[in-house]
Amino acid sequence: MSIPSPDGVNTILATDCGSTTTKAIFIERKGDEYRLIVRGEAPTTVEAPFEDVTKGVLNAVREVEELAGRKILDDETIMTPARNGEGVDLYVSTSSAGGGLQMMVFGVVKTMTAESAQRAALGAGAIVMDVIASNDGRLPYQKIKRIRQLRPDMILLSGGIDGGTTAHVAELAELLSAADPKARLGAGYLLPVIYAGNKDARDIVRERLESKTALVITDNLRPVLERENLGPARMQIHDLFMEHVMAHAPGYKKLMEWTLVPIMPTPAAVGRIIETIAREESMQVIGVDIGGATTDVFSVFQGVFNRTVSANLGMSYSISNVLAETGIENIMRWVPFHVEDKDLRNRIKNKMIRPTTIPQSLDELMIEQGIAREALRLAFEQHKSLAVGLKGVQQERTISDTFDQTASGETLVSLRELNMLVGSGGVLSHAPRRVQAALMLIDAFLPECITHLAVDSIFMMPQLGVLSTVHPKAATEVFKKDCLIHLGTCIAPVGTGKENAECVKVRLEREKGGSEEVSVGFGHMKVLALGVAESGRVVINPSKNFDVGAGHGKTFETKVEGGVVGLIIDCRGRRPFQLPSSAEERVRKLNEWNTALNMYPERK
Amino acid sequence: MAHAYTPGVTVTARTKLVRERRLPLAGTVLAKVGDQVKAEQVVARTELPGNVQTVNVANILSVLPEDVGSTLTKPVGSPLNEGEVFAMSKGFFGLFTSKCKSPINGTLESISNITGQAILREPPIPVEVHAYVDGKVIEAMEREGVKVETECSFLQGIFGIGGETWGEIKLQVGKSDEPLDVNSLDAGCAGKILVGGSRVDNAFLEKAASLGVRGVVVGGIDDKDLRQFLGYDLGVAITGSEEKGISLIITEGFGGMRMAEKTFSLLRSLEGRKASMSGVTQIRAGVMRPEVIVSMDGRTGPSAGKGSIFSSSGLEVGSAIRVIREPHFGRLGRVADLPPELRMLETEAKVRVLEVEFEDGTKAVMPRANVEMIEG
Repeated sequence: MSIPSPDGVNTILATDCGSTTTKAIFIERKGDEYRLIVRGEAPTTVEAPFEDVTKGVLNAVREVEELAGRKILDDETIMTPARNGEGVDLYVSTSSAGGGLQMMVFGVVKTMTAESAQRAALGAGAIVMDVIASNDGRLPYQKIKRIRQLRPDMILLSGGIDGGTTAHVAELAELLSAADPKARLGAGYLLPVIYAGNKDARDIVRERLESKTALVITDNLRPVLERENLGPARMQIHDLFMEHVMAHAPGYKKLMEWTLVPIMPTPAAVGRIIETIAREESMQVIGVDIGGATTDVFSVFQGVFNRTVSANLGMSYSISNVLAETGIENIMRWVPFHVEDKDLRNRIKNKMIRPTTIPQSLDELMIEQGIAREALRLAFEQHKSLAVGLKGVQQERTISDTFDQTASGETLVSLRELNMLVGSGGVLSHAPRRVQAALMLIDAFLPECITHLAVDSIFMMPQLGVLSTVHPKAATEVFKKDCLIHLGTCIAPVGTGKENAECVKVRLEREKGGSEEVSVGFGHMKVLALGVAESGRVVINPSKNFDVGAGHGKTFETKVEGGVVGLIIDCRGRRPFQLPSSAEERVRKLNEWNTALNMYPERK
Repeated sequence: MAHAYTPGVTVTARTKLVRERRLPLAGTVLAKVGDQVKAEQVVARTELPGNVQTVNVANILSVLPEDVGSTLTKPVGSPLNEGEVFAMSKGFFGLFTSKCKSPINGTLESISNITGQAILREPPIPVEVHAYVDGKVIEAMEREGVKVETECSFLQGIFGIGGETWGEIKLQVGKSDEPLDVNSLDAGCAGKILVGGSRVDNAFLEKAASLGVRGVVVGGIDDKDLRQFLGYDLGVAITGSEEKGISLIITEGFGGMRMAEKTFSLLRSLEGRKASMSGVTQIRAGVMRPEVIVSMDGRTGPSAGKGSIFSSSGLEVGSAIRVIREPHFGRLGRVADLPPELRMLETEAKVRVLEVEFEDGTKAVMPRANVEMIEG
């Protein structure tokens, strides 16, 4: 079966087989535009007693059939292409079932080839279980023990620039050979290893690993210090994911026969749609997907796409790890009432052992949203440290650069330049009030100057990502019209001052008519109404200690887009943003901001 | 909605269970189909390849990597003792020679003419798999292990730490809401699996471990005590490899929680009997809960409860449930009503709910996601 030409596609079915739920969306062309028609879901069936992923897919599609009133299945299979108003023209799928793609990466220098290898694996949608580098400080036997302990789906081995020394690569290959690692799925097959390092060391690597692993050799991911070439390694990861990992997962052989394009790892597909939107709109974008077990952060700055996954930061299975990593004080600082340390710890652990429960009381919701802020913040910190320029590159400097302190290896993420922040995942997408999602994003990411905020309405970015590989028009249309819920725009002056002293004056002229002017003091927040699909011009006059994009104290004028929340003016300060240190004062301020934003219903 | 209810943990007086006992690598199976085995009996055995150490011979002897081969005084494959010389530089008329000594007892596995390293492997690590439960071998998997079937009383906890162990059940409290008291421990507790009521603390666990207690089964524990006992903050609920010398199972949750009466009375009825227990918990896809198994061993045990773990159905009016989230966390009751429509909570979220009648006759409405069935 060949992929139909985009013009010939009127109906599309896309599924995402997640670790717990399989989600299906049905898209149809209405006139000249593609729109989401319905969505269905069913439990994923990778594990016993079903052990066949297609069962969950069929159940999710049956729900779509019922809701759309259209026959899509024929005798337990998806009808493609559509005929006589039945079936679909295109079926695509992503998958993270069974824990997704888990990898280990190897490189010679931790901050150079090993970091490039890590970026290649993360960008391909993998969870990186460990990074082994010649200079990572561990002794050889410790590294070998670690390799044997973890059971990755595949290994990416890099190291050295082309033409450089081969000894370090040989050392890594010897470590790997001595460890004799076993694959996670199935004892009867060899572990896939991708070699993407110094091309002069290929024979050495072959000699050491060919008989013990399923070795694949591809182009060096760091052929010269100044350039990364991650594409070929990522392609190989995707191919091996299909050939080895997916082919061994229950039911996937059948699913692979149904789809017209290769099944993509879910995070790779999400990255793809974010990259597409950033490119099409020429924007700097950050996307975040906070799940039960992991939090993925995606960014596109200066045209460079980066993705990181924080494998143990999440809101259910990993909720306790958020506590372990950030500490109880950092969670308590977001809770707008007094709670005992011991009580909070027990609540978090109880959510860990019963991860499917939901907050019933307002207190529980506030605590959960406080934890989410910390999970998002930690995941973003990790992202910033990996989304960096290439390290080890010598830069030519002129006299004008003398005072510019940028160095190689500095993060590419610039909150000043950020145009759009998109949130996804249960705690954001299902927050009872959308403003709660907006403030969680603001508190965790601390956007600066002017930033548009949005959330993914029902988490369909994975399906749209894989769709964008074959039908970009349909994917981007549905993404803009049906996937994103625009929350509004955040204005956050950079600087700090005294409580209540004037911070900014904002004049909003709505495009549909009417204007409004407000003055907001330092330490306060305010919301101006600017609805969905509405826009306006703002003239922002910061006081002398604050900068909103044009420099300290300088007036800035720009167009802003509205959303379900509106225009949020956040004068709580940046660089640093600080919460009051006394518990009593902190609770008072949190409640003041919550009231200003109308965050929660009044307690009965 | 994908799930109509949260399947709960199982507590049943009588059921039939099969436990797979598999080696991590191919090895020798020591039991055959039809054998009656004891929990402590070894049913399969293998050897894991030993750990590896590298020695940079080229650096130590100041020779080129390609010359390392010619410096060996023992051929590749030779057994080595710790401190034994296996490579030596030629020196000057036999003087000023450098030597490479083995840091381990093991074998010289290989050398590299590119990195100049020698790879030395420690002796194989023997691995034995026990039967874990008293029962009968019903299947032998060639070179991999066996399946053991047992007729037993079976209880699952909600969370545990520590691996598999076995011992005699001993009640350490009189009532299900009584916390475990460190002063109740004495030498007579050694080798036993102790049953408590509502709570255990760090002091109790530390002393119990030092006395040689095999395991503790109790309603709840404060997270701060667990952290003290483990010495770190548990991040993800994947446990079983803790080496504290004792296994722990909590049946209800974190905090002070009265053990469900059904669980407590079943354990009381089994006092003095040998139990197998495992604290292994994995709360991810493919969830694993900790468990206590008491084999009947031809004896008559308590009579079977209603239903079994293999026939659990969804929530219905009258189902016994446990509330698993605040504000009624830990309370037990029965489903009084299952309204089909979505209801708005205090948080303003609209969800499917149910009405619970608690044991004291009071009623409350809560999300269906916040209760679990008491099965078995």
